[in-house]
Amino acid sequence: MKESAIVISDLVKRFEDVTAIDGLSLQVEKGELFGLLGPNGAGKTTTINVLCGLLRPTSGSATVDGFDVQEQPEKVKELIGVCPQETAVYPYLTGAENVELFGNLHTMNKDALKARRDMLLEKMGLAEEAKRRAEKYSAGMKRRLSVILALIHDPQIVFLDEPTVGMDPQSRRAVWGFLKELKKEGKTIILTTHYMEEAEELCDRVGIMDYGKLIALGSPQNLISKDNVKNLEEVFIKLTGRTIREEL
Amino acid sequence: MNLQRVLALTKKEMKKTVREPAVLFMIFLFPVVFVFAFGASFGGVGAGQPVYQIGVVNRDQATPPQASQLFLAALSDTKILNIQNYADNQTAQNDLSQGKVQAIIILPNKFSQSFASYQEAPNNPSEWINATILLYLDKGSIVATQAIPPIIQQVLTAFTDQNRQAAASPISLETASLVEVEQASALDFIAPGMFTFASIFLIMMVAQSFTQDRENGMMKRIRITPTTPTEFMTSQVLSYIAIALIQAILVFAMVYLLGFRPNVGMPVYAFAFILVLVFSLSNVGFGLITATIAKSSGAATGISFLFVLPQLFLGTFVGASLSSAAQLAGKFVPSYYVTDALTSLFLRGAIITSPAVLMDMTIVSVSCVVILAIGIILYGKYYKI
Repeated sequence: MKESAIVISDLVKRFEDVTAIDGLSLQVEKGELFGLLGPNGAGKTTTINVLCGLLRPTSGSATVDGFDVQEQPEKVKELIGVCPQETAVYPYLTGAENVELFGNLHTMNKDALKARRDMLLEKMGLAEEAKRRAEKYSAGMKRRLSVILALIHDPQIVFLDEPTVGMDPQSRRAVWGFLKELKKEGKTIILTTHYMEEAEELCDRVGIMDYGKLIALGSPQNLISKDNVKNLEEVFIKLTGRTIREEL
Repeated sequence: MNLQRVLALTKKEMKKTVREPAVLFMIFLFPVVFVFAFGASFGGVGAGQPVYQIGVVNRDQATPPQASQLFLAALSDTKILNIQNYADNQTAQNDLSQGKVQAIIILPNKFSQSFASYQEAPNNPSEWINATILLYLDKGSIVATQAIPPIIQQVLTAFTDQNRQAAASPISLETASLVEVEQASALDFIAPGMFTFASIFLIMMVAQSFTQDRENGMMKRIRITPTTPTEFMTSQVLSYIAIALIQAILVFAMVYLLGFRPNVGMPVYAFAFILVLVFSLSNVGFGLITATIAKSSGAATGISFLFVLPQLFLGTFVGASLSSAAQLAGKFVPSYYVTDALTSLFLRGAIITSPAVLMDMTIVSVSCVVILAIGIILYGKYYKI
């Protein structure tokens, strides 16, 4: 059995009277591309925020590469790269400057930073726009830049919270291709998405969350064949009685 | 603390200041434009019935110095002048340079003799013993230079002339620092406050910057990196110190071009800049307090005026035109002490080590540490850094 990159045990997170995560237990193996699916408010982003050390869980525990997210958040932050749900880039900096800033925050060597910056901008199709301020970018370009910011320091574990939202099909395919490359490099990737075809295409395994609980876990093919349906979206409808898209 | 992270964040903040037109205007251009508008509006003297502190060095050698005491009583009777006696000129000059008194009058040793000679032969000037009262004025106060000389002259005329309405008198009033005072323009009087004024708007910029970064998710994104709260806050403080320094240089360059030429050396300029930089830290603290209270960047702009306006009206050049009650209230805002110290240094000729200037620096430094600490603690408690 492979070593676990992420271990979540009976995790609970409550916000006053709302239970965002309700007893979640889950393990993600090293090198796995894991999809966390569910409608809005299912608890996906809250789970990622707990794993990043942004939120303290109400109870339960979570470790990232063996480091407890509550006890050793600084260790966790050195290991992970996070593309948050909102497109968070500095509008007054150029694309290249945004990337350099985050490389410096991860204390990257100057030469290594420059080389990786250029490589990522090229792969994400932003090389020609690198010297333009991010405020001039389209929504899809900002999203691609946001993904680069999460990957600039070559993290071992990557959290991508709906990375392809707002992207045109071409850009989305480019990101998919890049995520596949990352997987080949042995990176662990936790992906949340509303696009079922994206999860089917990319993920080794998916977990479907609803009302803070994990209601299904397995590879897309296993879940599809187990429920005897045509695709992952039908699995979700069968399990929750709702479509994911109508929650958007 | 990792210097690479601190420098990267500081550089980012500086680029924001330069590249965002609204920030650029608010931090660098608005204070300059506003200063001119306010200078024109409030350039005159204040309303109401003020009381001026007048130092007196009585060298009258008559025994007893009856005439000089009567003259001083006449000055007190005006209810406008509050007389404070000094044993020697040096002590009085020290207090004048620190703004403790607004004028000094030196009564000459032949004052009583001169007055007596006039009493005995009011119509025979050849019999008079002439004497001159020297008047030193607070060059940092437009009110003092404009209002005090005519008041004293009026009292002197009434005292010596009694009911005779004579055209001349053996006792004359000479303003010792009149030449310099006459050269001073309205700009000279408001210039120290202008340095303070510019820095105050950092409150708004800090509040907006923090709330905007919170709104657009950048604060969260920074928190996901290994950047520590100390590194982040250090970068912010360094950025705003740099901005305050640029502001101070721009304001100084502007007032210098307009003719402000304080007769002070480099150490005084250096001290003045340090004072303004220390003051800017308290404004970062006020900005953080504002960012804690405000739920959005729009609200931050409005709430920041709760801190901007009192500092602006009570502690800068505007304050000189306000009522005595408002001037008293000014003693509760840090900007008052910055303006007071700069006025003492630039206009009154006080030295850096004079007690009044050191006291101002101490108050500004202590208030800066307290306000900045409150800002950091509050912001960290409610929003995390």
